[in-house]
Amino acid sequence: MKIIVCIKQVPDTNEVKLDPKTGTLIREGVPSIINPDDLAGLEEALKIKEATGATVTVLSMGPPQAAEALREAYAMGADEVVLLTDRAFAGADTWATSSALAGAIRTMDYDLIIAGRQAIDGDTAQVGPQVAEHLEIPSISYVEEIKEINDDYMVIKRQFEDRFQMIKVNFPCLITTLGGMNEPRYMRISRVYDAYRDDVVIIKTAANLEVDPANLGLKGSPTSVRKSFTKGAKTAGKVFEVDAKEGAKIIIDALLERFII
Amino acid sequence: MEFGLSNEHLMLKKLFQEFAEKEVEPLAAQIDEEEIFPRETVNKMAEMGMLGIPFSKENGGAGGDNLAYAMAVEELSKKCATTGVILSAHTSLGAAPIDQYGTAEQKAKFLVPLARGEKLGAFGLTEANAGTDAAGQQTIAVLDEETGEYILNGSKIFITNAGQAQIYIVMAMTDRSQGTRGISAFIVESDTPGFSVGPAEKKLGIRGSATAELIFEDCRVPKENLLGKENIGFKIAMQTLDGGRIGIAAQALGIAQGAMDETVQYVKERKQFGRAISKFQNTQFVLADLENKIQAARLLVYRAAWNKDNGLPYAVAAAHAKLFASETAMEVTTKCLQLFGGYGYTRDYPIERMMRDAKITEIYEGTSEVQRMVISSALLR
Repeated sequence: MKIIVCIKQVPDTNEVKLDPKTGTLIREGVPSIINPDDLAGLEEALKIKEATGATVTVLSMGPPQAAEALREAYAMGADEVVLLTDRAFAGADTWATSSALAGAIRTMDYDLIIAGRQAIDGDTAQVGPQVAEHLEIPSISYVEEIKEINDDYMVIKRQFEDRFQMIKVNFPCLITTLGGMNEPRYMRISRVYDAYRDDVVIIKTAANLEVDPANLGLKGSPTSVRKSFTKGAKTAGKVFEVDAKEGAKIIIDALLERFII
Repeated sequence: MEFGLSNEHLMLKKLFQEFAEKEVEPLAAQIDEEEIFPRETVNKMAEMGMLGIPFSKENGGAGGDNLAYAMAVEELSKKCATTGVILSAHTSLGAAPIDQYGTAEQKAKFLVPLARGEKLGAFGLTEANAGTDAAGQQTIAVLDEETGEYILNGSKIFITNAGQAQIYIVMAMTDRSQGTRGISAFIVESDTPGFSVGPAEKKLGIRGSATAELIFEDCRVPKENLLGKENIGFKIAMQTLDGGRIGIAAQALGIAQGAMDETVQYVKERKQFGRAISKFQNTQFVLADLENKIQAARLLVYRAAWNKDNGLPYAVAAAHAKLFASETAMEVTTKCLQLFGGYGYTRDYPIERMMRDAKITEIYEGTSEVQRMVISSALLR
């Protein structure tokens, strides 16, 4: 079985601070991490690899420094890591991003594609399902558990708002995974050395993809952002140091007072 | 001259930090309080290859270096000095002598499982009447020509990882008339008949670390387990301790940095006289002086590891690193506790544990006085 995992390098939003004057995010000096939902997807792929001998290729699109995230993926146990990097990809929205990823995947062998549900910096949850649409394969989003997997099909537990679905799906297919569905493993120390010594990251540019260049980058992006702003806080919050029971009462009283419930 | 870390070292440091925060810090207070050896943590360390960092892949290791190993001990010790010393004693004292002096067969049989973390290592030199004066060894080893076994009798005290380790490097007299030149080093497996471990010591600090006596009563060790040649055991022990001091220096550095991290956070939160105590010049100056020493200690520790990695002499560099880092750890933890005031004296905060843990770094693997002897003898040669 061949598995492709799509990952995104994102700023660690736990470490992001707001500029008090402009209200915008300060990105300088913020550490970059593998998006948590994607990391869960990678861990699932590595578990399948251990159980079945599958191969795991990790794919990412981003600036050259996104190679760091791919080296981490390699150090965790991925067999091959591929970075799509090219000025032609810059400024991509979800359509242009999924077009590029699908354009790369068309040149590769695969049975299963795993993407994280959504990225913590954009929160669109669109790229994974869009890739499946481009490739014309089934996609299942919000996967919280792979119950069973063999060469022909897998059984998936899919999260829903107030219930879950059990879905049996044939390959090839794409799933999007939820962070927290597993505990991602630590990098293996020996593979950290290998990741740098052996120059493991395979670089691909727009010319290497099977995709219409008109669908790439800023020019290929139908989304245009009119304005972005930070929602200001109306009043200062209140802090109560009480036990859970009393806390619940305070919350209910406050909601009743404002006629919310 | 290059002071920056390489990309792989930066990534490893991040990895060690993440591991220490997620796996080590949450257990630190409990293993201290209850004197529990953190076996599950050690298993997790083994899984990621932490127990074999500086050893080659052929020998089961990560194919890494001593700088990364020192950084691992440092990062673990920031959160828990017990976990730091388990790694240090295993790597530097248990595994490294086999890497340096072992035959191909000994490496295959003992170093590979140690480096993979399938087994834990330890080292026995100190005896009740032979501490700094290691030449006063009473443990003896007599070769039984008929069976091809050495028969060991005697005991070793204060052995780190005792009872938890499966492989011990043990020094014993093979020719008492020759003094230090009559000592040999043996690889002893924990299941060898005649080998036993005494009760755990009750200690001031590093209370989760297993420290106990090793007892040898007609303990028959196969001839193949002699490390190096007969009568070069003292040299093996001294060289092993030179390397071990890099690990302990890194442990001390980690304790100091961990105490500083806790204190920086605390002084910003703690208010007296209407403002955070970080606003007082006494706090600022104390922290500046301590930070100064921590940074100097880090340079000394990394330099000693770097010397070893680059095939340069490292015995004196390791002595400098251990002396300075351990005294820094003691000073930093003591003065940081003072900034915590009464709260720092309670077990609700980790600073008192760090102060108790710091003290051992001035004592084991050569006291600070021994480090001064090493440094001055190189100076006055």
